[in-house]
Amino acid sequence: MSFVPHSDADRRDMLAKIGVSNIRELYSDIPDSLVRDGLPEMPDALSEWETVKAIQELADRNHSLICFAGAGQYDHFVPAAVDHLIRRSEFYTAYTPYQPEVSQGTLQVIYEFQTMVCELTGMDVANASMYDGPSSAAEAAVMARAVTRRDRVLAAGSLHPHYRKVTETYLHGQGSELQTVPIDDRGLVDRDALASALGDDVACVIVQYPNFFGVIEELEPLAEMVANAGALFVVAADPVTLSLLRPPGECGADIVVAEGQPFGNPLSFGGPVVGLFAAKQKYVRKMPGRIVGATEDVEGRRGYVLTLQTREQQIRRDKATSNICTNQGLNALAATIHLSLLGRAGLRKVAEVSTRNAHYARSRLEAIEGVELLYPDSPFVREFAIRTEENSRAILERGFSAGVLAGVSLSRFPSLGAPDGLLLAFTEKRSREEIDRLIDVIAG
Amino acid sequence: MARFPYTAEVTPTIFEKSSAGRTGTVVPEGDVDTPGVEELIPAAHLRASPPRLPEIPENEVVRHYTQLSLKNHHVDRALYPLGSCTMKYNPKVNEATARTAGFVGLHPFMPQAGAQGALELMYDLTVWLAEIAGMEAVTLQPAAGAQGEMTGVLLMRSYHESRGDGETRTKVLFPDSAHGTNPATAAMAGFDAVELPSDAAGRVDIEALREALDDGVAGMMLTNPNTLGKFESDIIEICDLVHEAGGLMYMDGANLNALMGVARPGDMGYDIVHFNLHKTMSTPHGGGGPGSGPVAVKSHLAPFLPVPRVVRNDDGSFGLEWDRPESFGKLHGFYGNFGVMVRAWTYMRMLGRQGIRGTAEASVLNNAYLTSLLETHYELPFGRGMHESVFSASEIKKRTGVKTMDIAKRLLDFGFHAPTVYFPLNVPEALMTEPTETETKESLERYAEACIAIANEAESDPERVTTAPHDTPLRRLDEGRAARELDLRWTFESED
Repeated sequence: MSFVPHSDADRRDMLAKIGVSNIRELYSDIPDSLVRDGLPEMPDALSEWETVKAIQELADRNHSLICFAGAGQYDHFVPAAVDHLIRRSEFYTAYTPYQPEVSQGTLQVIYEFQTMVCELTGMDVANASMYDGPSSAAEAAVMARAVTRRDRVLAAGSLHPHYRKVTETYLHGQGSELQTVPIDDRGLVDRDALASALGDDVACVIVQYPNFFGVIEELEPLAEMVANAGALFVVAADPVTLSLLRPPGECGADIVVAEGQPFGNPLSFGGPVVGLFAAKQKYVRKMPGRIVGATEDVEGRRGYVLTLQTREQQIRRDKATSNICTNQGLNALAATIHLSLLGRAGLRKVAEVSTRNAHYARSRLEAIEGVELLYPDSPFVREFAIRTEENSRAILERGFSAGVLAGVSLSRFPSLGAPDGLLLAFTEKRSREEIDRLIDVIAG
Repeated sequence: MARFPYTAEVTPTIFEKSSAGRTGTVVPEGDVDTPGVEELIPAAHLRASPPRLPEIPENEVVRHYTQLSLKNHHVDRALYPLGSCTMKYNPKVNEATARTAGFVGLHPFMPQAGAQGALELMYDLTVWLAEIAGMEAVTLQPAAGAQGEMTGVLLMRSYHESRGDGETRTKVLFPDSAHGTNPATAAMAGFDAVELPSDAAGRVDIEALREALDDGVAGMMLTNPNTLGKFESDIIEICDLVHEAGGLMYMDGANLNALMGVARPGDMGYDIVHFNLHKTMSTPHGGGGPGSGPVAVKSHLAPFLPVPRVVRNDDGSFGLEWDRPESFGKLHGFYGNFGVMVRAWTYMRMLGRQGIRGTAEASVLNNAYLTSLLETHYELPFGRGMHESVFSASEIKKRTGVKTMDIAKRLLDFGFHAPTVYFPLNVPEALMTEPTETETKESLERYAEACIAIANEAESDPERVTTAPHDTPLRRLDEGRAARELDLRWTFESED
């Protein structure tokens, strides 16, 4: 099945009007040696029905487990209205809003999205989205280097290893490295270590909030130390928890990044999701990515356009703040609609129920031999790490057989230097009965 | 002519529609018996006031975003001829398959035994893309074309570092007609972006290339067909020259729709090519993403690709391989935009080997037909392109004062989107037009008629054109004001 609409007669008429006798003549600029004789080595064409059947067979080979895995992606419920609206052709078959007069829908959505991101993070300005949380963190490091004209980037040892790896990759291109600031025995950034790592060549410090182990970092003292050293304070947040926790903007953050997946976007094996990126007003001209601003049309009506485009690659080329152009527009739309449906009480309820589920699990796990909390004295919201005497991968296998995804094994991430154990995440979708099943799996 | 329905009124923001105490969805209370969060989380960590999200019933949320949607031009409404963007029809089945239950609920940390279908789908896609590229290895991780480009230049860096040339090979070449992302990406990856002039035919100037080549060159980024839609006929020689100087050849695959199944970047001599699945493989553009920018490479670059790699194990199962010591790292939190890959798999599987080539040929046929209808009314400084042609309004401007931007805006009144304007930079008053293969002959004719009507209008009633658009949800917007008086978020009236 193909989507070429022409009949043989159409093709003949068109070729005649063009003045060539066959399509091959339209490829005459390509040297003969490069034009392939046959068709590519791929399967033969299928009908739509056969394709759907083939997809279903693939999908059926994936398992559906009760999900206690988090580590950046969370199994939240998304109301049907979200998917209904993002499936409107008007949204999903449009392009980046280059002609604002016929793109007001997309543009106003982004303006609303930017506002919501600012409200959650406590920051002044936000962009139209990034690819995901990790690349947002990497772009924050790149931006901080440009703002401060300094070289070194520091990150807490409790930053998600994937965030670290992506940031390292972006920095390697720039000839810079990411240095780790160790954490203390409560899972918090070691302030003495931070003090000795800071210096007048440090561009920024990246801290996760709550951190990879779920621990709520104390941001304000860190922000003060970072500011005193003339560096930028970058916070990578779990945005669901920001409906409960003090927003990073209130605690001295210069840039806040986040993985926005929990808002409106299914897990979908890790993507597409949506990176959130917000900053203080004074850095707006150094920000990466699209930004929408309000203005008026010639008749004085309020409208929206892409603005500050002189930061971007299509104008500035090699002097651009970033190379990003296509972002995650439709995922940002899903986030905006989901947050509109939840409202302030709904989002708080999602975070509260998730938190209470996590703390219920904690209370049950404390009674199990061979299991202890990795950081028992530190506060957490909806995710926490346990140390297990039994090999965590064996627990995950037991869970797999029992229909439970029993978290994420800490041994996946040797760079963390953590003991073997599991990172467990909780959402509002989990019931007491499901959590009890998780406990049974871990107890063995 | 498709006019916009009942959208001329300004839609208040979602925040202005909020009314305290309303909600659009009910979140269940949960059934565990813990204390409330105030007792679970120390007070010092709790925020004093909630984020000011709107409070609106579901019906009104749906109406708000439905109303906004109606102010968008989109592919399902009419032709969307943005050059280099490949705004082809997005088959509806793509949206259905991407939402298959076994895919949408899959956590990226699902053990590999529980994700075999997803991994096989990804593996298939790497095989098919490698075949179309004429290369040996593919990563699906880049989330968009620009991240694919980033992958390309980081591969150049790793390759030269592995050979001890990392410090000295600091330059990446690109032609003056290149997409802005090429120099932006090279600079972001720490290279000096060196622009080469094009020759009189709009192609790479071989002499200028020879002069620029030395042992400081890491590689060259070259779109093919280039942004004028012209195939770089000297591509074999260009690749040879760059290789002789020790550099690598990177193809920006934005324009691959013209070539797929017909000619392969690998056969031309390229070492690296990126795909835009949201262009070439019909996954939608989503109003600005999500995209997907897989990268194919020759085998000598495969060790440097980002982790994890999707592999087929000896027992026939599929896996993710993380232990790749020479890999340059990672670009995405997980494996890339998987949901976009499902759509691309769907499309490529339906097209099959016959449809892949037929699609490319029809995209070139459609552009040639549209060009034949327009070339007597608009200048074509570099001639007809393959899948896209770049027209110029500079003669019209000289005669009538009507600029390319005015023509673009007037096209909106006729129910079409505008072409890409003022790009590439080597064509004054450029109108870069890519119709794609999914438009019928009649659709192309209607678009051409509109363009011709506007050209005539420029002579007879230029003011009608310079004051366009007239029939769109809003009229021309003051972009200068937006940049001067920054208003980037809704301002709440009272601090509640």
